[in-house]
Amino acid sequence: MYVADSRAGARAASAEGAARPRAGRRRAAVAPTVLALGTVSLITDVSSEMVTAVLPLYLVTGLGLSPLGFGLLDGIYNGFSALVRLIGGHLADRGGGRHKWVAGFGYGLSAACKPLLLLAHSLTPIGLVLAADRTGKGLRTAPRDALISLSSTPATRGRAFGVHRAMDTAGALLGPLVAFLILRATVDGYDAVFTVSFCVAVVGVLVLVLFVPGDTRTKAGARSTRSTWEATESGPPSSGENPAETTAPPTLRAALSLLATPAVRRITLCALLLGLATVSDAFVFLLLQRRLGVPDRWFALLPLGTAAAFLLLAVPLGRLADRIGSRRLFLAGHGALLLVYALLLSAWHGTALPYVVLLLHGGFYAATDGVLMAAASESVPEELRSSGLALVQTGQALARFVCSLGFGAAWTAWGDRTALTGSAVLLALGVLVSLALRPAPSEGPA
Amino acid sequence: MTLRTRLLVLVSALVVLAGVGTASVLHASARADRRDHAVPGGPRIAAGQVALSTRGRMIFRNMAWGPHRDELTSVPASDPSGPRTASKVKCLRFYAAGGTGVCLQSLHGPVQDTYRAVILDSRLRVTARYDVPGIPSRARVSPSGRYAAWTAFVGGDSYAGTNFSTRAAVVDTRTGRLTPSLEAFRVVKDGRTYHAADANFWGVTFAADDRTFYATLATHGSTYLVRGDLRARTLTTVHPNVECPSLSPDGTRVAYKKRVKGLPKDAPWHLYVLNLRTLRETPLAEPRSVDDQAVWRDDHTLVYALPGDYGADLYTVPSDGTGKPRRISTAAVSPAYVNRSTG
Repeated sequence: MYVADSRAGARAASAEGAARPRAGRRRAAVAPTVLALGTVSLITDVSSEMVTAVLPLYLVTGLGLSPLGFGLLDGIYNGFSALVRLIGGHLADRGGGRHKWVAGFGYGLSAACKPLLLLAHSLTPIGLVLAADRTGKGLRTAPRDALISLSSTPATRGRAFGVHRAMDTAGALLGPLVAFLILRATVDGYDAVFTVSFCVAVVGVLVLVLFVPGDTRTKAGARSTRSTWEATESGPPSSGENPAETTAPPTLRAALSLLATPAVRRITLCALLLGLATVSDAFVFLLLQRRLGVPDRWFALLPLGTAAAFLLLAVPLGRLADRIGSRRLFLAGHGALLLVYALLLSAWHGTALPYVVLLLHGGFYAATDGVLMAAASESVPEELRSSGLALVQTGQALARFVCSLGFGAAWTAWGDRTALTGSAVLLALGVLVSLALRPAPSEGPA
Repeated sequence: MTLRTRLLVLVSALVVLAGVGTASVLHASARADRRDHAVPGGPRIAAGQVALSTRGRMIFRNMAWGPHRDELTSVPASDPSGPRTASKVKCLRFYAAGGTGVCLQSLHGPVQDTYRAVILDSRLRVTARYDVPGIPSRARVSPSGRYAAWTAFVGGDSYAGTNFSTRAAVVDTRTGRLTPSLEAFRVVKDGRTYHAADANFWGVTFAADDRTFYATLATHGSTYLVRGDLRARTLTTVHPNVECPSLSPDGTRVAYKKRVKGLPKDAPWHLYVLNLRTLRETPLAEPRSVDDQAVWRDDHTLVYALPGDYGADLYTVPSDGTGKPRRISTAAVSPAYVNRSTG
């Protein structure tokens, strides 16, 4: 949608606001749908992170397996999940906004995988169950983000995604806690962890089914779509009287032709370029540990530090995105990442360094993860919202995957400092190019 | 559906699911009680004195249910299924030689379990403690008792993924000098210094000279046997496709698990013995996949663990490829033959 917030903000707000009275007020909290989706994500993340936290322990001490071969499969799963995301996005857009049901299927599939873990006792079946779990995750991500985007006004989208990501991360932090409490109350209570995880996942699916409206497009979405098209210079590829009622469901070609839209191409290109310079978390934590001699026993806490900073900063930075423009904050977030690289390369060895690095690293996620979705929502028409968001996410995920491979190779060939310096230069260039790619003033809020 | 109906559905589902969840936790904690009671027909166990210097004993982690579960336990090496003497010292993994023991333990923390390695003297008194950064898997002590090594699986490198890496640590028990990771050593592969960010090491085994050791190096999807030098701090590749090496008491051969093509991905290993002089491999008579670092009972016999009814059972097989495997003990893991005459 090429609606310019600054220019047509009031009109857009009134149009979308008419459909969703409680979300329409500029200073209001986020839409009930966003809170419901946030609750679903919080509950689901408690469930999935419970399993993730105990899985290594279960494999090594519970089943007596070596998990090394398992790690090799991890990269393949992640690539696969990125492709599934595109499928989920497309399916959700077909038939005029089946976002809720595609997302629900994804959540349901992951929930069904939990009891299967009880039955799998060797690496191959466990690998298959986890692949199914990730398929569910891949399927649900884009439709869920599309629902968040469609149930918020352009002026409050950053905040909506911020609230959602904060709730999501809170779940991710709670999950391991619940799992270890269960393990402490029992002996080898992995079966109890998996059973409780399943029960929690079912609650998540129920909240989605019961409290997330499934008709955002046919009622509210369609009406507001027409209103916003009127405010734009050029209509979407398939803009008719009322897309949801009169036009055929978006085809796969229409989803791919999104890339022909300058604004979508620009944001995807930015996500790709910056993704190519985003060193994976594993390397950041490893570098932090090596440069600063973080004691081994604290090592497992480093990801928690990043997650905690993400949790704390997601909402304030989401609000900031609404104020200064989500593209601008997205770039600023990468500035924070650049600072992380610089600090890791610097000679400063102060005791505050790990805290500063983790705060900036969490800040990077808070300023980019949901914010990218908010930024992409500005350029993608409503009936292709899910496909469009999936496209941007997949591009970013694949770019990060390429970066991981390249970073690993560079580390091997030239050492960690050179590899990180290279990434920093690449990131700085990416930010500069993205600044140059900024849309014309008439096209966006930036 | 009205809001009232939806809330009613949610609350009733919550009640059912909370019931299922609570039941599963209660079931698993009741099992804890059951495990404190010995199973009829299980091995006879009594508390007593366990020492790392008593001749002709095998010491291991007892996994039989009962009050001495997970304790270091000793049996006569000549009668490994005989009466067990339990020591009160609990370990996940254990090894001992030359009057020194290394015991890898878990500590229950408020948020998550942590692990540590403790060095034991010949009367099982703790002489040193070290943090272990992940789930411990392998432990070894040099024949003289001077050096100890352990391996841990380190997760958490990525908070969303399930990637693992390993850290192999070596400590000089005399000076307390710790090498937290063999990654600090220089790797020489095919005659040249080799760098890899993805290098993982595990399964250290020591020679009698307190300088040479062997271990596994994994990089780019392949594994290698490496010979380490504690003084020069180098690791030199010796042979491909070797995991969890175990050096024979006479120092001439290495027993190891080899990844064999065509076997299921979750059970891909067969036991082999490699002659270090000729680099000739001999497959052993154990047809099952073995995921353990074998122990040499003497220069001709290997002992290793396979999954069993109560965790793991110990088996033995000749080291020359002849004979067939024989179960020598149930509900036992991490054996060590203390104060044997050879090595």
